[in-house]
Amino acid sequence: MIDHDVLERVLATAMRSGGEFAEIYAEDKRSTSAGLDDGRVEQVTSGRDRGAGIRVVAGETTGFAHTSDLTERGLRAAAEAAAAAASRGDGVTRTVSLTHQSHDRRNDIAQYPDDVAKVDKVDLLRRVDESARSAGASIVQVSAGYGDSRKRVLIANSDGLLVDDEIVRCLLRVSAVADGDTGMQTGYQSMGHTIGFEVFTDVNVEELARDAARQAITKLDARPAPSGTMPVVIKQGTGGILFHEACGHGLEADLVGKGASVYRGKRGELVASPLVTVVDDGTMAGEWGTLTVDDEGHQTQRNVLIEDGVLSDYMWDFLRARKEGRPPSGNGRRQSYMHLPMVRMTNTFVLAGDDDPDEIVRATDHGVYVAKLGGGQVNTASGDFVFGMVEAYLIENGEITEPLREGNLIGNGPQALRDVDRLGNDFAMGGPGTCGKDGQGVPVGTGQPTLRVKALTIGGTAA
Amino acid sequence: MTATLDELQALADKVVAQAGAGEQIEAYVSRGGETEVRIYEGEVEHFVSAQSEGIGVRVIRDGRTGFAYAGTLDPGAVDEVLADARDNVAFGTVDEWAGLAEPDGVERTEQTLWNETLADFPTDRKIELAKELERLTLAADTRVRVDDSNYADAWGEAAVATTTGIRECRRQNGCYVTVSSLADDGDETQTGFGFSVGREPDEFDLARAAGEAAERATRLLGATKPPSRRLTVVLDPFVTAQFLGVISSTVDGESVVKGRSLFRDRLGEQVAAEIVTLVDDPTNALAYTATELDGEGLAARRNVLIDGGTLRQFVHSSYSARRAGTASTGNAIRGGYAGTPGVGCLALQLQPGTRSQAELIAGIDDGLLVQSVVGLHSGVNPVSGDFSTGASGMLIAGGEVGAPVRELTIASTLQRMLLDVVEVGGDVDWLPMRAAGVSLVIRDVMMSGA
Repeated sequence: MIDHDVLERVLATAMRSGGEFAEIYAEDKRSTSAGLDDGRVEQVTSGRDRGAGIRVVAGETTGFAHTSDLTERGLRAAAEAAAAAASRGDGVTRTVSLTHQSHDRRNDIAQYPDDVAKVDKVDLLRRVDESARSAGASIVQVSAGYGDSRKRVLIANSDGLLVDDEIVRCLLRVSAVADGDTGMQTGYQSMGHTIGFEVFTDVNVEELARDAARQAITKLDARPAPSGTMPVVIKQGTGGILFHEACGHGLEADLVGKGASVYRGKRGELVASPLVTVVDDGTMAGEWGTLTVDDEGHQTQRNVLIEDGVLSDYMWDFLRARKEGRPPSGNGRRQSYMHLPMVRMTNTFVLAGDDDPDEIVRATDHGVYVAKLGGGQVNTASGDFVFGMVEAYLIENGEITEPLREGNLIGNGPQALRDVDRLGNDFAMGGPGTCGKDGQGVPVGTGQPTLRVKALTIGGTAA
Repeated sequence: MTATLDELQALADKVVAQAGAGEQIEAYVSRGGETEVRIYEGEVEHFVSAQSEGIGVRVIRDGRTGFAYAGTLDPGAVDEVLADARDNVAFGTVDEWAGLAEPDGVERTEQTLWNETLADFPTDRKIELAKELERLTLAADTRVRVDDSNYADAWGEAAVATTTGIRECRRQNGCYVTVSSLADDGDETQTGFGFSVGREPDEFDLARAAGEAAERATRLLGATKPPSRRLTVVLDPFVTAQFLGVISSTVDGESVVKGRSLFRDRLGEQVAAEIVTLVDDPTNALAYTATELDGEGLAARRNVLIDGGTLRQFVHSSYSARRAGTASTGNAIRGGYAGTPGVGCLALQLQPGTRSQAELIAGIDDGLLVQSVVGLHSGVNPVSGDFSTGASGMLIAGGEVGAPVRELTIASTLQRMLLDVVEVGGDVDWLPMRAAGVSLVIRDVMMSGA
């Protein structure tokens, strides 16, 4: 993408005003997406995003500029803009000598999506549409989206690091609307992986579509969700977002460093039920949050955040880790070359326990069973978090009974972690997620076994 | 028109001029930049200086649509974009309503959306403003820390051209400051925020932003989880603006023609309390999202959506209007060069009442003043109307603001909430969002807590 010696010269330009660290992150991404709605393939879109972001660090200050001009002139202009913002004025000329590092890719790509005919991509949408519509007469609307991307990245910094990588993504999502006497209801399913188009031969997309339709149809008979505090059982592979919100964000070192996390100063302490072990793992082959190297060029790894309830470590980006004199954890990520990296999760999950999932339900006298969670949000400073229940049922006398209308659940992170009192033996990863922080969205994975939290607040309307 | 706008328009024209027989082409070309300064503990934590440009091309032939974009105006890339868009046409389904917007004779409402003072505003003054905001916030209360204090500005210019005769361009800039606050009391930490927006930095009210950030965080200290019950809620202006954002998707013409709007069959019917008049008015320069043009290059205009509680109209792009058998209301929205236009409200506003928030509260015996909501994206379904969101705020008892509460949800349905509006306040606040804020009283909402 950019010549070795150009990179070295641009980094030297970036360091000229006295910065102690400079970095170039360049990307060239080609993407294809297609949308189907109302029975029509509305359009196929081809996209090209290419550019470089340059940051310069001097003391506590980071200067950042980006450009879509990858010529030496364009890169130097961005380097000068970044350097002007992070300047110490000592003007010492430094040279940078880069050493290329190569890492085995985490994901094997059998079929690059750009080698697949567009008609085959559009065909997936038609299959999904047909399957969802055939799931029931009450299905009145279906929309589906397909997306793939192939992104080449190049990262070079003034420490001499030079890494390149390639990230391939394939995504399919479907939503269905069912209409009945009580109004309309919706259902949603999605799948996303960091591998090639071969993923669609392994996954039954028709089943994905039928499941979205089934959710919508089921909810036509739903009654208002209860309100108040009660036990909540969450189905395997659907509730990893709970831990993403309840503790994931709070374990990001940038928030901890600013005293904006309830988990600050808690390393080595019991912060969760001893049943709970939380891991963030950027190395899992094919998962949505998987990367070979993070967006600062450091290899991703498997980081145990909470072990048997005890807080073992936070997640780190490079600069913060360097300041603490510790190795980075591979959690420095950014949305694109237009964004500064910060501490982010990759694939965050809770390890399986010993309980039979059916037995967890049977042991619950009165509560809510959540079969599919929606998005969530957390205030890391207070620890309060919410997440939506897209498909949920009442549990009465140890049995799953009536479907419930949608709503949010609310809890407090540290309290919810302590309240995990049953953990199933049936671990599964969930669908692809996009995690938002400070205006940037990055792809993340989540996972968990069936589990029970003994008290969460259900935000319904029924007494 | 400025030199660079001329350049963008010329580029858009050049792409459109390549249209062959039976081919409709739309080219949207834009360029923009932003500055962001973040201050932490009196020092610049980061300074971001960003510029971007790109082109999006839509091609329609025989009722089929194809699209492509590139984040560069490099001549080679532009040619490739047109070729890709043409290639993509073959894969779309024939749609009898497919087509581009056509000039409709509605005049642009001239507004001053470009400010030279801001365009020339020096960097060190931007840094100073963010530092000043941090100082003022810290000075407001000894229990307050600042998570970050920010200055941000952005400018953008765009030109659109079509084979149907649209040829328009626009240019605007704006700026804002924000501060995130933390208040501590022992082990407990609560958060708040404050902000101020303007066409130029002179319009900022830093003292108010700092005061609100300090007050929002400190007044939640000691908050507890309240017992569940039905009560009257007063939405703070910032929360009302978010609520209106949800309502907007129920009146968008595309949801209506695709049968996804819960109001799709309700035109002319009462859908809200009589005091509710909801207007989308991007021609009001006070609105942060005011604009002269919509995403297809038609003049942005004032549309009354709900009048005295009665649903009067939906908002439309040229596509949704064609399907609905009506005319575009100038409500095509587009996120930038990388996407095709959708439909949405541009600058929503509830017709304000006359009373202050304190006066509204004085009439409430058992209520909740909602200071902030979380999880609107996960707990609200605009298709079914189910509304459930996490919230924090203060209880209202006997007409006065009382104890702070948190870790609770408020729930109802969108249909009920519009009908249950009791009063709209007179305290309009122009926020950096697609809807203006104003205090809003809604009765009979379920508060779920302990």
